[in-house]
Amino acid sequence: MMSLESIPIQAFLIVSSALFCIGIWGLLNSRNAVRVLMSIELMLNAVNINLMAFSSYIDNNLIQGQVFTIFVITVAAAEAAVGLAILLSLYRNRVTVDMESFNLLKW
Amino acid sequence: MSIAITTQIICFTILSLVILIGALGVVLLESIVYSAFLLGGVFMSVAGLYLLLNASFVAAAQVLVYVGAVNVLIIFAIMLVNKKEDLKPINDIKSRRIISTSICLTLLSLLIRVDLTNVWSLSSPENSIGEESTIRIGEHLFSDYLLPFEVASVLLLMAMIGAIVLARRDVMSKDISTGLPVDQELIEKSSEPLLTNKN
Repeated sequence: MMSLESIPIQAFLIVSSALFCIGIWGLLNSRNAVRVLMSIELMLNAVNINLMAFSSYIDNNLIQGQVFTIFVITVAAAEAAVGLAILLSLYRNRVTVDMESFNLLKW
Repeated sequence: MSIAITTQIICFTILSLVILIGALGVVLLESIVYSAFLLGGVFMSVAGLYLLLNASFVAAAQVLVYVGAVNVLIIFAIMLVNKKEDLKPINDIKSRRIISTSICLTLLSLLIRVDLTNVWSLSSPENSIGEESTIRIGEHLFSDYLLPFEVASVLLLMAMIGAIVLARRDVMSKDISTGLPVDQELIEKSSEPLLTNKN
C-alpha cells in the first residue's frame, strides 16, 4: 500500500468543487430568497477552501491565498448584510419571499 | 503539521462528509430554520478544514465572521420574514429541475476532471512556515496588501450604511401617497403593500 506524506491536494479540491456545485444547484432551484443567500454563502466557502488549499500546498511560504481568504470573508460579510437588507425591504413591499414573484424587471 | 497522517485523514473524511451532507441539507430541507442551523455546522466544519491546512488565524476568522455574524444575521432575517405561505406551483418545474441538475452535474464532472488530471507543482514542505502563518498574514496586511486592507474597511462602512438605509422604515410625519399622518409606533401595523396588485 502506498504511504502518504499528507492529504493530497486533490481531496480538498474535490470537496470544494462538490460544495460549489451544491451551492449553484441551490441558487437555481430555491424558491425562498433567504435560501438563495445561503447558497451564495456556500459557494463563497467553496472558493475559500480552494484558496486555502492552494496557499497551503503550492505557496506555503508566502501564503498569499490566506490573505485573499481574509478579503473574501470581509466581502462576504458585507454582501450578506446588504443582501438581507434588500430582502427585508422587498418583503415589506411584496409581502412574500418567493423568488418567482419578484418579476418587476422581467420582460 | 505535527498530527499523524492517519489522524489527519480521519479528520478530513469526517469534516468533508459533514460539509457535503450539511450543504445538501441546506439546499434540500423543507424547513428554512433547519437549513440555517445546518449552514452554521457547515461553516464550523470548513473552519476545521482550515485548521488541517495550518491556518489557525483564518479558521478563527471563519468562526467569528461566518458563524458569529453571517449565520446569526440569516437567522434574524428568517425570523423577520418567516411567514407560512403557499407557493404558487410552477408548471414547468420538472424540466427546470432536470436542466439545472444536469448543468450542475456537468460542471461538477468538469471541475473534478481538472482537479484530478492537472499536475500541480507542489512546493516542498520544508519551505512551509506552518504555525507562523498568523505573523505572515499580519506582515502581508500591513505591507503589500495595505491598500486592499484599507479599501476593505471603507467597503464595510459602506455596506453598514447601505444596510441601515435599505432596511429601516421611513420615518416621515406624513404618508406620501395618502397625506394622512403616520403613526410612529414601533410595532409594524398591517398596511397595504405597495406592489402586490401587479401580476
